[in-house]
Amino acid sequence: MNHIKRFYESSIGKKFVVAVTGVVLFGFIAGHMAGNLKVFTGATSAGVPHIDEYAKFLKTLGAPMLPEMMGLWIARSVLLVCLVLHVVTVILLSRQNKKARPVPYVRSKKRAASVASRLMMVTGLVILAFIPFHILQFTTGNIQIGDEHFRHGYVYSNLYESFSVWYVALGYVVVVTLVGFHMFHGLWSLFQTLGWDNPDRNGKVRAFSVAFSVIITVGFIAVPLAFVSGWLPSPIDYDPTLLHPTNSLTNH
Amino acid sequence: MLTLNSKTPKGPIEDGWTQHKNALRLVGPKNRPNYKVLVIGSGLAGASAAASMGAMGYRVECFCFQDSPRRAHSIAAQGGINASKNYRNDGDSTWRLFADTQKGGDYRAREQNVYRLAELSTAIIDQAVAQGVPFAREYGGKLANRSFGGVLVERTFYCRGETGQQLLLGAFSALQEQITAKNVKMHTRTELMDIVMVDGQAKGVVCRNLETGEITSHAADAVVLATGGYGNVYYLSTNAKGCNVTAAFRAYKRGAGFANPSFVQIHPTSIPASGDYQSKLTLMSESLRNDGRIWVPRNPDETRKPNQIPEEDRYYYLEERYPRFGNLVPRDVAARNAKDVCDKGLGVGSTGYGVYLDFGRAIEKQGESVVKGRYANLFEMYERITDENPLDVPMRIYPAVHYTMGGLWVDYNLMTNIPGLYAIGEANFADHGANRLGASSLMQCLADGYFIIPVTIGDYLSRHPHGQVTTDHPAFKEAENEVRQRIEKLLSINGTRSVQSFHRELGKLMWEYCGISRSPAGLQEGLERIPQLREEFWNDLKIVGSGRELNQALENAGRVADFLEFGELMCRDAMLRDESCGCHFREDHQTEENEALRNDEDFAHVAVFEYKGADQDPELTKEPIEFEALPLAARNYKT
Amino acid sequence: MRIRLHIWRQASRDDSGHMDTYDLDGVNPDMSFLEMMDHLNEELTGKGEDPVAFDHDCREGVCGMCSMVINGQAHGPKQGTTTCQLYMRHFDDGDEVYVEPWRSQAFPVVKDLVVDRSAFDRIIQAGGFISNHSGPKPEPNTILIEPEVAEQALDAATCIGCGACVAACPNGSAMLFTAAKVSHLGLLPQGETERYPRAKKMVKQMDKEGFGSCRNYAECEAQCPKEISIAFISRLNADYLKASLVEPEDRRGKMKSQ
Ligand SMILES: Cc1cc2nc3c(=O)[nH]c(=O)nc-3n(C[C@H](O)[C@H](O)[C@H](O)COP(=O)(O)OP(=O)(O)OC[C@H]3O[C@@H](n4cnc5c(N)ncnc54)[C@H](O)[C@@H]3O)c2cc1C
Ligand code: HEM
Ligand code: HEM
Ligand code: SF4
Ligand code: F3S
Ligand code: FES
Repeated sequence: MNHIKRFYESSIGKKFVVAVTGVVLFGFIAGHMAGNLKVFTGATSAGVPHIDEYAKFLKTLGAPMLPEMMGLWIARSVLLVCLVLHVVTVILLSRQNKKARPVPYVRSKKRAASVASRLMMVTGLVILAFIPFHILQFTTGNIQIGDEHFRHGYVYSNLYESFSVWYVALGYVVVVTLVGFHMFHGLWSLFQTLGWDNPDRNGKVRAFSVAFSVIITVGFIAVPLAFVSGWLPSPIDYDPTLLHPTNSLTNH
Repeated sequence: MLTLNSKTPKGPIEDGWTQHKNALRLVGPKNRPNYKVLVIGSGLAGASAAASMGAMGYRVECFCFQDSPRRAHSIAAQGGINASKNYRNDGDSTWRLFADTQKGGDYRAREQNVYRLAELSTAIIDQAVAQGVPFAREYGGKLANRSFGGVLVERTFYCRGETGQQLLLGAFSALQEQITAKNVKMHTRTELMDIVMVDGQAKGVVCRNLETGEITSHAADAVVLATGGYGNVYYLSTNAKGCNVTAAFRAYKRGAGFANPSFVQIHPTSIPASGDYQSKLTLMSESLRNDGRIWVPRNPDETRKPNQIPEEDRYYYLEERYPRFGNLVPRDVAARNAKDVCDKGLGVGSTGYGVYLDFGRAIEKQGESVVKGRYANLFEMYERITDENPLDVPMRIYPAVHYTMGGLWVDYNLMTNIPGLYAIGEANFADHGANRLGASSLMQCLADGYFIIPVTIGDYLSRHPHGQVTTDHPAFKEAENEVRQRIEKLLSINGTRSVQSFHRELGKLMWEYCGISRSPAGLQEGLERIPQLREEFWNDLKIVGSGRELNQALENAGRVADFLEFGELMCRDAMLRDESCGCHFREDHQTEENEALRNDEDFAHVAVFEYKGADQDPELTKEPIEFEALPLAARNYKT
Repeated sequence: MRIRLHIWRQASRDDSGHMDTYDLDGVNPDMSFLEMMDHLNEELTGKGEDPVAFDHDCREGVCGMCSMVINGQAHGPKQGTTTCQLYMRHFDDGDEVYVEPWRSQAFPVVKDLVVDRSAFDRIIQAGGFISNHSGPKPEPNTILIEPEVAEQALDAATCIGCGACVAACPNGSAMLFTAAKVSHLGLLPQGETERYPRAKKMVKQMDKEGFGSCRNYAECEAQCPKEISIAFISRLNADYLKASLVEPEDRRGKMKSQ
């Protein structure tokens, strides 16, 4: 146990935790981005948007072994733990780094450190602030902007209504761009932290990081843009029972 | 008159060292921790000695003036280190390395010492490799060699152009290991100011903490000086700025004999000075001479760019004058010839004091990439300093003061004539005679530190009870006071001239009158002008700040003050040695081809000087040198 | 040439320190930066002002003593160059030049531009060596080392311990220095035995000295006068992680059957 404690006390140990939790969070982000793209795949013959089905599917994750919502909660808790670890650790690291240079330079010029790398804390904190807001807006519906009226499970229409407000859409575009920045440095950085980068692999590793940070950003941005630009059709009402025979959703 | 007992073993030279070792008294492992040894210096010699003795169990304290032992001047050695491994199967052997070194030294070193050095050379490589020194390797993974500095075999081991750095880091890491093991205590930013004598024996030192200015005393059972060379007496040299004679000179003033002070090696391949502000000269490793060809324009008022000068108008003076060795003649020959052609007005560069080192032929033959690969970091260094790329324009080089063969007199055990005071590395005079063979100093420093002193010191210690004196002994208080007074004196002069200006002026005098070639008249001039300069120094020096803080001007002042006395001693020795030998070239003793003319009848000896007080001339004692193993032969690099 | 210097002056460790401005005439483009500083000190001495203290020794880029942050860059604007190897020809007449000491909690300023880098030595003392006593050793050619490996080890061993990596790192991390040493010894067969404990001990000391943590900015590599590669940092991370997560603490001990 204190062997783990000693590990976490070391700067490299902390970085390891940041990297590993970063990977998990990245996995989620990537998956989430992909899932969101279902808004483009239209609806079933019965008029149920695929994204709504997908959301339903997430809620029945692991069924029939697991009761409804169980799988999702497991996934949520894993994510939450990672996020907390990630955030707590980077805060500890940042404190250490602040302490390491008590007197700042009068002049300071950087030759190599990228903007993305130096903004990790900033982009990170924005993400941190965004997440609860985002959940309140799309998962619980406590936050409703403009004349949107949130309805559980009706993901497509929820999105449609939220993003029909231009500044909401814009806000999302900004946030996910910052997420992209975080990935841009973070993805390469984690290979370095885990000791997997080396001169002959370096090119590929960096290509991978660039590619994914771009894909994720573009993938995310596509959705709000598609809605504000009116490129996606307005939601058509459908019989909720098609999606969920029991109305378990409303009373979970 | 000094009584100098060299203690060299008698009998066949091959087993001299073994016999000697077997006869030495030892200190038992249980008893070693009772003995305290001070090692002044953390270069190759000091670090290896401190680490080795620490590992044996002695209580060692090590001192250096830099902020870390790793920064000792040894770090700057570029070319490589010799060892008679004979990996090349080109007929190398202990004997041949011995013979080369002795001939290189122009027969002015003790045979037994030189032979021991050659004998230990191979063990040094083994030791260094075991420490993780990353020597160059061949494709098969075996150690690589190159030929170096005018020898006919390939026996030089190297790490690119940073052999000294890697060897020192090896010794440094060994030292750090012993510090961790609490066997060695390190004092950095600490300068030795004096050596403390109790009933004729060295029993400690007085130091100055360069950061706080605090004067501290350290008592011990023996003191080892590994304080390096004094090339900086010339102000401009390839030595690090901090290199000084202070420690050795303090010992001299306490009664230690100083041997062959005038033996100074001038390195042929350094980057020429570009102006008065020049603070030091940068060496271009001699290995460059393996592929570079040295020339000057035949025409004194040549105006064309070097590359536009056709072959027939180029004067490859070394190749013409010494067909057999060509550009690989020994250092002193190369240096003197460079000065010669420049004095004849053929020199190149802004100051007219430079010659070309041309890689054109090598690039033609072996291809640019090969040549570049071989000297990459040297070429970079040159371009950084001169803004010229040696692959396009020939390098400009000129001789520079590089190494001092002279040093404290020591016997075969490396002990000075002061009981309990040892001198190792460049600080002693022992192994290089009148001239040092390339790549043999690193060898000597490490032989002294790893293998010789750890054994020989026991012989002295075992004969003396440990911990006889503590720093409460009046001798320490006395020495401390003298040191304080000296510092106060320096600070109180309050004149108009900076330390540096005096140092520069002294350097010019030394280079002029006691440099590459020396004449009685010039030396006389030096002997008159140096005291005048010293006089002025003590009356017109200006130092700002106090002695109770980090005061670099004060540090330098102390060193320059010693140089100002020591320079005179060098001229005196150069004057008294009425012959030419090795690097000591007397214009009044040369063959018609300007070759050094040795006089073995009268000068086959070590000239040892003894301090007799401020107002008296030092007294000369001669230690005769026998030539039993290797008969004397005139040096001839022509055929 | 004439330049305006802004230099950090600090009388002693506990003095707070401040920037001072000096106008310096008669600067020659072929002067090294340190020769320019000598020139300044001569002037100051002439005026009876305290000369600027700065560390230097070899003046040929190998001892690692010189240490100035010039215009915001460790060892100045030229890539792969120590302060002592920087020449005034890289500046223009009338330039404003800012000179500051290494800034790191682990490198306290001693005076003006002189800092205390003993933290580096303590990192080496923690394990930056191959345990050895002087004496007979095996014939080196019995251990073959591929030239590539030897060269790679030498690339790491080229580190001169100047501390510019720490000065340059926005996080004040000493990872490049530590990684270089760990890699130099760890790459060689001679150093293999102590490889993992060494990585652990040296990193522990590094953290203890109060350096920052590495966020993989690669600024150290860019300002390192010997251009030591951050590939060694990756290697150190790998060694350290293996040491702490895979390598058993103690290989000895009894076991029970089930
Ligand atoms: C540029 C250059 C290149 C060279 N290349 C080669 C080469 O290729 N091959 C070769 O064999 N040789 C070479 N040499 C010679 C060789 O490097 C030196 O002779 C050798 O390193 C001297 O080592 P040392 O341990 O005796 O002294 P140094 O390495 O000079 O160490 C002196 C130590 O003493 C300390 N010290 C000095 N004075 C005091 C004092 N007053 N108080 C306290 N401490 C003090 C210093 O801090 C330092 O730690 C070269 C020399 C130079 C200048
Ligand atoms: C344009 C970008 C995005 C869109 C359109 C979007 C859309 C959605 C929607 C519709 C939901 C609710 C799903 C449901 O309740 O069934 C959701 C949930 C969520 N989103 Fe996003 N999201 C975006 C970006 C992000 C980003 C950048 C993050 C993280 C940094 C994120 C993290 C989450 C989380 C944590 C949840 C809650 C999942 C749960 O526990 O149910 N989202 N998102
Ligand atoms: C969507 C969630 C997130 C993902 C996918 C993510 C991913 C990553 C990754 C991969 C790294 C690189 C780790 C390494 O250098 O080895 C990283 C580092 C970092 N993350 Fe996050 N992160 C996320 C959220 C956050 C949040 C909420 C913060 C808030 C403070 C944050 C702050 C940082 C910081 C400061 C670093 C640099 C750590 C260091 O190198 O010292 N991240 N992140
Ligand atoms: S890694 Fe580079 S910058 Fe850091 S100490 Fe070594 S040489 Fe200096
Ligand atoms: S700049 Fe600093 S963040 Fe890491 S890669 Fe270098 S130590
Ligand atoms: S003074 Fe030695 S590296 Fe600059």
